[in-house]
Amino acid sequence: MNIVVLVKYIPNPEGTPEMGPDHRLKREGVEGALDPGDEHSVEAALQLAGSDGEVTLVTMGPEAAVGALRRGLSMGGHKGVHVLDDSLKGADVLVTARVLAAVVKRQAGFDLVLAGVESTDGYTGTLPMAVAELLDLPNVTFARKVEVADGTLKVERQTEAGYDEVECPLPAVVTVTAGANEPRYPTLKGIMQAKQKPMDTLSVSDLGLSAEDVKATQEVMGLEPVAAKEAGEVIEDPEEAPGRVVEFLTKAKVI
Amino acid sequence: MPGIWVYAEVSSDGKIEAGALENLTKARELGSEVSAVALGPGSSQAAAQAGEFGAATLFASDDSIYTDFIAQPAAFALHELVKEHQPELILFSPTYDSRDVAGRLQARTGSTLMSNATDILGPDYAQTQILGGSQIVDVTLFGPDPKLLIVRPKSFEAQPAEGGAAATVVPVEVSVPDDCKKAKRVQRHEQAAAGPKMEEAKVVISGGRGLQDPANFKLLEEMASAIPGAAVGASRAVVDAGWVPYAMQIGQTGKTVSPEVYIAVGISGATQHLVGMKSSKRIIAINKDKDAPIFQYADLGIVGDALQILPRITEAINARKG
Ligand SMILES: Cc1cc2nc3c(=O)[nH]c(=O)nc-3n(C[C@H](O)[C@H](O)[C@H](O)COP(=O)(O)OP(=O)(O)OC[C@H]3O[C@@H](n4cnc5c(N)ncnc54)[C@H](O)[C@@H]3O)c2cc1C
Ligand SMILES: Nc1ncnc2c1ncn2[C@@H]1O[C@H](COP(=O)(O)O)[C@@H](O)[C@H]1O
Repeated sequence: MNIVVLVKYIPNPEGTPEMGPDHRLKREGVEGALDPGDEHSVEAALQLAGSDGEVTLVTMGPEAAVGALRRGLSMGGHKGVHVLDDSLKGADVLVTARVLAAVVKRQAGFDLVLAGVESTDGYTGTLPMAVAELLDLPNVTFARKVEVADGTLKVERQTEAGYDEVECPLPAVVTVTAGANEPRYPTLKGIMQAKQKPMDTLSVSDLGLSAEDVKATQEVMGLEPVAAKEAGEVIEDPEEAPGRVVEFLTKAKVI
Repeated sequence: MPGIWVYAEVSSDGKIEAGALENLTKARELGSEVSAVALGPGSSQAAAQAGEFGAATLFASDDSIYTDFIAQPAAFALHELVKEHQPELILFSPTYDSRDVAGRLQARTGSTLMSNATDILGPDYAQTQILGGSQIVDVTLFGPDPKLLIVRPKSFEAQPAEGGAAATVVPVEVSVPDDCKKAKRVQRHEQAAAGPKMEEAKVVISGGRGLQDPANFKLLEEMASAIPGAAVGASRAVVDAGWVPYAMQIGQTGKTVSPEVYIAVGISGATQHLVGMKSSKRIIAINKDKDAPIFQYADLGIVGDALQILPRITEAINARKG
């Protein structure tokens, strides 16, 4: 199976994101990584592709986004595509979807597109469905288990009260939850090999998109801190705790 | 002024999902003509409730293709309705199915979609909160109508309108092409949850990785059974680890709760957890690390080992009840 995985680069997965003066998350010049959520879709792709399949990783982002591709390649992905273009700075969901859909279309003979449920820093959680619509493909989101049997996709899709079994013909767009698998760590060999793997860098015009196609439809007008809550009382003596909690709950009229 | 629409998920017995009622309440306040759209079995039975919360019109279809197949038929039909009636703004809740429909619709209409909206100031002006709710961001939306917003649960309080008569049902008669019928639900598996619904509970007691072992969740259950109307929740770390089911997850990708009292036990207070519980009326945190971020949000913080402290709190609550 040939699988395309949409992977997002995020500046600082462990730390607190920082805001730039333009009211956007700082993405430039920060050591970046693969969004931890997307590691699960890369893992799912590697498992599904099998020995004769190919896993293509696609990202749109600044220079440093190549770090996300490298991570995925060192896990075992076969090739990377990086869309890098100044005009995409501050792209919204729809613009990002148009760009990523255009890249996917160029991957001849793909069977499946995988993505994360939501990104760690943007968390719109809607990009993969927009890509699916642009490609006129079905989408199955929140997959906690993905299998392919006889050319049919079988997914356990997480729901409010449990899960649904969903069946769908290929190709399709699927988003993978963190519960689906345990992503592998790249081996040293994997990291070395990743450096040799093919990597394409494309611009907006390479993709045949116009300036109009990548014009944002949202603008951040302002940013203001929410008034911090007054610090409460902290009790460090465990002997005191039970009494104080009972008093607190009584005052709140819940016991 | 063209209308504001609320995309409403409806259960097969005709009840509108809570987030859609919150959105109807807000739509009414925004002052323009309000309609609801409901697709799937039970939809046309929702007319009374849609009207009660302020919708003058309910576009409805009871056809099961909208629930048998994921997102595509609903996005197609909604797009047809949009072309015909040209609403200015559509509000969605972030339920699994609505989110999919909104995501696809934006690509069909080429209009802007904003997720995680926490307030709506006008048809093209909304707010969201980022960095764990510590910053409010004002966003203007432009480009073609309708603007699309996915609203965070509990951003608005659902309130019936004064004298809201039943909405006029306008049947949706769209013929959905076969190539929209691809991702098929073949079987549903639902676990009935014990105890009160987390979103409605007066007290929510949540456990995180600090509980050390799945078996220790019973300490929370024992405490919950000592407090009337208390429910047990969890952080994502323990849901991902498979300790407890996803239905118990609180936070950005889980439920949003705002009970009278929220008790966070062995939870560090990551931003993605905070957005799901920060609006609780009162917060108690129990954590062995006195620098844990959760303490910055707690009205009462207890520093110590939860495994030791929990049984003694439960005992004290039971003793008080006598
Ligand atoms: C896209 C995305 C979405 C996310 N969505 C969610 C979400 O919806 N909900 C959510 O909760 N998280 C979410 N997260 C994860 C979040 O970032 C945190 O990783 C998670 O909330 C941490 O869970 P925790 O507090 O249980 O664990 P930890 O962060 O490991 O904290 C454990 C805490 O327990 C304390 N502790 C340890 N032992 C004891 C003891 N004996 N007694 C008392 N305290 C003890 C420690 O001091 C520590 O503070 C999301 C992350 C991403 C990237
Ligand atoms: N710039 C991007 N490049 C590649 N994939 C992306 C990008 N942004 C989002 N995605 C994919 O879409 C998923 C959901 O992202 P989001 O809509 O930001 O919550 C992510 O987990 C990725 O798989």
